[in-house]
Amino acid sequence: MKHTIAVLVENKPGVLSRVSGLFARRGFNIHSLAVGTTESPNVSRMTIVVDLPERPLEHVTKQLYKLINVLKVIELERESSVERELMLIKVRAVAEVRARIIELTEIFRGKVIDVGTDAMTVEVTGSPDKINAFEDLVATYGIIELVKSGRVGLSRGSKSIKDRQLRVAG
Amino acid sequence: MSEVTGAKALFLALEAVGVEHIFGIPGGAILPAYDPLIDSTVKHILCRHEQGAAHAADGYAQASGKVGVCMATSGPGATNLITGLASSFMDSIPVVAITGQVPRPAMGYDAFQESDITGIAAPVTKHTFLVMEPDDIAQTIAEAFHIAGTGRPGPVLVDIPKDVLQAKVEYVPAGPIDLPGYQPTSKPNHRQIVEAAKLIAQSERPVIYAGGGIIKAGASEQLVQLAEMTGIPVVTTLMARGVMPDNHPLCLGMPGMHGNYTAVTALQRSDLLIGIGPRFDDRVTGKLSSFAPEAKVIHADIDPAEIGKNRKADVPIVGDAKATLIELIKVIESRRSKDPGPSANGSGPDYSAWRDTVNDWKARYPYRYTQTQDGPLKPQYVVERLAALTDGNAIYCSGVGQHQMWASQFIPFRRPRTWINSGGSGAMGFGVPAAMGAKVARSGDEVWCIDGDGCFQMTCQELATMAVERIPVKIAIINNAYLGMVRQWQELFYDERYSEVEFGWDIPDYVKLAEAYGCIGLRVESMQEVDAAIEKARGVNDRPVVIDFRCDPQEMCYPMVAAGSSNDDIILGPEFEKDPVEHELGDHLYSQTEEMVID
Repeated sequence: MKHTIAVLVENKPGVLSRVSGLFARRGFNIHSLAVGTTESPNVSRMTIVVDLPERPLEHVTKQLYKLINVLKVIELERESSVERELMLIKVRAVAEVRARIIELTEIFRGKVIDVGTDAMTVEVTGSPDKINAFEDLVATYGIIELVKSGRVGLSRGSKSIKDRQLRVAG
Repeated sequence: MSEVTGAKALFLALEAVGVEHIFGIPGGAILPAYDPLIDSTVKHILCRHEQGAAHAADGYAQASGKVGVCMATSGPGATNLITGLASSFMDSIPVVAITGQVPRPAMGYDAFQESDITGIAAPVTKHTFLVMEPDDIAQTIAEAFHIAGTGRPGPVLVDIPKDVLQAKVEYVPAGPIDLPGYQPTSKPNHRQIVEAAKLIAQSERPVIYAGGGIIKAGASEQLVQLAEMTGIPVVTTLMARGVMPDNHPLCLGMPGMHGNYTAVTALQRSDLLIGIGPRFDDRVTGKLSSFAPEAKVIHADIDPAEIGKNRKADVPIVGDAKATLIELIKVIESRRSKDPGPSANGSGPDYSAWRDTVNDWKARYPYRYTQTQDGPLKPQYVVERLAALTDGNAIYCSGVGQHQMWASQFIPFRRPRTWINSGGSGAMGFGVPAAMGAKVARSGDEVWCIDGDGCFQMTCQELATMAVERIPVKIAIINNAYLGMVRQWQELFYDERYSEVEFGWDIPDYVKLAEAYGCIGLRVESMQEVDAAIEKARGVNDRPVVIDFRCDPQEMCYPMVAAGSSNDDIILGPEFEKDPVEHELGDHLYSQTEEMVID
C-alpha cells in the first residue's frame, strides 16, 4: 500500500543520505522523494511516497524518528491533504501536430515552456493521476524525455505539520 | 580563556564528560589528538588493532555501565572500528568512537587514507558527527556522549578532520544539550501500565521475558521484586543473563536457539509474555508465526520502534525498564490492596499450577552432557568447573559460537554485568578485547574470557596490549580444532559434509603463542588437569593467562531449535535419546506457512 509522508528534518549535510539509507536497508520501497527548504532556514521538508506491501506505516515512522536529525513525521492522508507533482515533458511536435498538443496542454491547464522546430516542452502540474493521464495522451506523438518532481503535499486547513501530535507507539 | 588547539579542546571536552579510558591506535589524521593526550587525565590503552579497540570499548561499557571510548585514525583505522561499532549497535551498548579525518581542503578528493566514515558508519551507529568547525568540538563531544548513553544506548562516531584538530580555538565548555530531534521517552504511560497489570491478573501462565534493557536500566532489583511478588517465572535472554540470579527458584535461564527446554517451552506455552526490554529476536522466537501462539504480549521497551516490529504487542509500553517496573509494581500493589485475589499468600492470582508445570520441566530437562574419566575433555565440563571454582563471581566474556552458548548455559550467573558477549551481531573475535575492556573498567574483578579457537585467532593480538599494559585477564580457549558451530550445522544440515571448518588443535601452538606475547600459556588435555590449570591461572595477577583446553571436536551444543523451525521442535540432543524422557512436544500444532529463514 502506498502512503505519503511529510518529514521535517534538520537542514544538515548528509541528512538525505541518512533517510534514504534507512529506507534502503529496511526494505522500505521509495516510490518518490522530494526535498526542499522550508519557512525556517534550519529545517528542510521531505515528501516521501512509500510503498509498503506487507508492513504497517508505523514501522517506517518509528524508524525515521530514531534518526537524530528527523524532527517530525506525519502521514498525509488523501482526504485531508493536498498533493501536487510537476512534470516537464518534451514531446515530438512537428508543425502538423503542434496545435493538437497545445490544445491538450490547455485542457490540462499546463504550459508550453519551450518550442523548437520539431519538439516542444510542456509543464504540467497536478495530482499524479492527472500527470499520468497527460503523459499517456501525448505518448502517441512521441515522448523525447520527461522529468517529474516527485509528489509534494501539505495537510488541508490552517494547521502546520508542527502543530500535529507526535505519533506514539502502539 | 586562552587559545588551545582543537585537539586540546577535544581532551578538555572528554575530561568534562568524565572519560577515564580510551582504547585506540594513532595514525596520520588523528596524530594531533595524541599530543594533548600526554598531559590529559584520560588514560589511553594502546591496542594492536582498531577492531580490538572497538570491542574493548564495548566490553568496558558493558562491565561498567559507562560510555566506552575508542579512537582511530582516518581511512583503514576508522573502517577497522566498524565490526565493533556494529556489535555495539545491535546490543545497544554505549560507545563513542573518535576518528581522525583528512584535512578539510583534502576531503572529497580521494586523499591518502580518506574514507567517508560518517557515511560508512551511519547504518551501524545511533548517530555520526562530522566536526567541520573547531569551535564545535566541545559541544559535539557532549552531544555524542548524551546520545550514546541515554534512551536506547548505542554507539556514536565523531569524525574530526586533522586541520580542525590543529586549529586554534577559544575553549568554551559545552552548553546545555539541545537536540530537537532526540527526545527519548523514559517515563511509561500510566494507562498502559494499568492495562498491563490487568492482563497479568487475568493470565494463568504468565512468563516474564527479561531482555537486555533491564541491565541497561539497572533494574535487576525491581525485576526480582516483580517476579517474587507475583510468583511469575522469568526467562533471561542472552543479553540479560545475570539480570536475575540463575539459582533463584523463579529464574528459568536462557530461552532461544540454544536455550534450555524449560525456558523455551515456558514461552511457547505461556498465555502472557511480559516482555521488559527484549526485542523478540529471531534467535529467541524461532519461527515467528509459531512463537508463543497462545500468548498475549506486554512489550515494554525504551525504543518505540522495537514494539510491534516482530510481534504485535497487546499492551505496548514505551519507557525505561526501571521506571516501567517500578510503576508496574506500584499498580499491582494497589490493585491487590483492593482485591487480594486467590493465591496462597492472599496477594493476587495463583500461578502455582503453572509453576509446578514449569518446575517439572526443569527437573526433567536440564542441560545434559557426559564427561567420562578417560574420555575426551568436554567443553561443558570446562565451563562448569570454571564457574564452580570462581563461584560465579567473576566477569565472564565470550566470543561467538558453541563456546558462547555453553558459557551462557553452564555459568550460573549471580548478578548483572557479569556476562559480556556479542549477542545480536555475533561478532567472532569479540571475547579477548572485550575482556580487556571489562578488566580495565573493573580492575578489582576477576575477568575470564571463554573463547573458541576460531574467535581467539581473530583478535589475539590484544594479548600484547594486555601483557604490556598489565591487564591480567584469563582466557580459556575451548579448543575443539574446528569452527565448531559451523561444523555442527554441517553435521546436522549438510549431511556431515564438512567444508572448510577444520582448524586443527596444534596450529598455532597456543601455549607458545601466549608466551610469545608475554603471557602465561597452559595446556589441558584431560578432565583431571582442568581444576589445577584454572587455579593456577587464578593465582596470576600480573599478566594474562591463556589456557588451551583441548576439547572434544565432536561435541555439539544442545538443545537446539534449528533456524526457521518452531520452538516446539526443539531438539534435546543425544543425551536424551540414550536415556529417554517422555517428550511431549514436537507435534506441529501451528501454522506451517512459509516464512523467512534467518540462518
